[in-house]
Amino acid sequence: MSAAAVSAPSLFGQIGLLAGRSVLHAVRQPAQLVFPIAFPLVLLAVNTSGLDAATQLPGFPTASYLDFALAVPFMQGALFAALNGGQDLARDIENGFLNRLSLTPMSGAALLTGQLGGALFTGVISALLYLFAGLLFGAGITAGVGGALVLLVLAVTICMAFACFGTFVALRAGSGEAVQGFFPLFFVLLFLSSAFFPRDLIEQDWFRTIATYNPVSYMVEGIQSLVITGWDAGALAASFGISAAAIVVFLGLSARALRTRLTRT
Amino acid sequence: MSSLARTRSVVLAVAWRGVHNAFTNPAIILPSVLFPLFFFIAFAGGLSNVQNAPNFEYGAGYTAFQFGFVCIQAAAFGGVFTGFSIAADFEFGFARRLMLAAPNRGGIVIGYALAAMVRAVFVLAVVLVAGLISGMDILGSAADMAGLLVLALAVSAVSTLWAAGIAMRLRTMQAGPLMQMPIFILMFLAPVYVPLALISGWVHTIASYNPVTALLEASRGFIAGAPEKVGIAAACLVVMFVLTAWWARGGLRSAEAAG
Repeated sequence: MSAAAVSAPSLFGQIGLLAGRSVLHAVRQPAQLVFPIAFPLVLLAVNTSGLDAATQLPGFPTASYLDFALAVPFMQGALFAALNGGQDLARDIENGFLNRLSLTPMSGAALLTGQLGGALFTGVISALLYLFAGLLFGAGITAGVGGALVLLVLAVTICMAFACFGTFVALRAGSGEAVQGFFPLFFVLLFLSSAFFPRDLIEQDWFRTIATYNPVSYMVEGIQSLVITGWDAGALAASFGISAAAIVVFLGLSARALRTRLTRT
Repeated sequence: MSSLARTRSVVLAVAWRGVHNAFTNPAIILPSVLFPLFFFIAFAGGLSNVQNAPNFEYGAGYTAFQFGFVCIQAAAFGGVFTGFSIAADFEFGFARRLMLAAPNRGGIVIGYALAAMVRAVFVLAVVLVAGLISGMDILGSAADMAGLLVLALAVSAVSTLWAAGIAMRLRTMQAGPLMQMPIFILMFLAPVYVPLALISGWVHTIASYNPVTALLEASRGFIAGAPEKVGIAAACLVVMFVLTAWWARGGLRSAEAAG
């Protein structure tokens, strides 16, 4: 057999292989797709009905709570995608797949990027469905068609930010239980943000302070700005900026954790 | 030893084990405390301005309004967490040995329910202290508070029987979402954030027929010192108790048949 016949695929080829495997994982486990998509929509319906009265408060930014709350499913979808992605990777570590992969010429960069493919896939599908469901039930995107496209890009960017965190936890801890254990933390961050109530209308000072320092508030407000106010450069810059920073930081930490894990192997 | 005395010894032994395990293992007791505490903080802290919406009528304030929800939620989820423990006992083989040793197996289920109630009392005490620290107003008398406690304990018993029925049928911890999700959905298809009259859309229709609505309204009535819908709540609980007891009994039979 010639040397060329056994040479490793290119970096993009490697990424494609692992991303395809990751997407197949997601598709073959309907629970990984259906629950992350359905649960946020149910919660959106419940919250919209339950908190619609809040729109009558002076200063509430919109007359429809659906418009305000539409950002929440995008965030929850991102959290579920991150959880599933992290758990897939943790399972690969637990059942020795990563060890076997380390014996191949697969590069670390390809491994990380490819593993995120499933989360990216779930993120895109769920973001499209949330947007479609929101429009179907009467939400309006004030920023128009262009705004809807930016919203999708932002939602996927946020999804990647959480997925990178999930990947880091999986590589660091190497156990699905540890990834599951971090899930409530994600939810705490979401609930202690301005996702359910505008920051300037939060009565309790301590809660408003937490929401102000909570980066999730700014991710949510980027989506809310496109739906409610139109083009708000400041809100979008903060939302994209924080998400991009999280991707860079957690991808860097993941690369380091991967090196450590492969060294141990 | 009489049959009653044998049953009592099984009940007390299982309950003591459940309570001991919960209070000596932080991984067991912490989620049942943190979960309701977190919802209490998030809802009472973040959404309190909703009480200024037109037609929001509740005298004791929004923190107390949410405390009413959290009491019922903590009791219900305490039962679910006990279901997780039952499933774990089956998965690790302890429940099988327990069933061989117990002269009255129904006592095992009652023991688990008793342990869940003790856990519920502890969780409610923690949430109450958190509420009082945050300045919550309790307008109800000592008798009202006793009524609230009885209501919460009954909810805990019903949810334990529900979760036990699933745990004993499936005998795996993977059944956790099946125990949890129906209760979670029932809880949130009720007046969680605002009184029933202010809920809009199809959720209002469902909430009007959801038995959890009566439980929440009774709970909030006790806290506000103006008990309401106590009779309806009691009737709902009696029906739910009969149904879940029948469900748990079927689960026990299934576990016995599996050997």
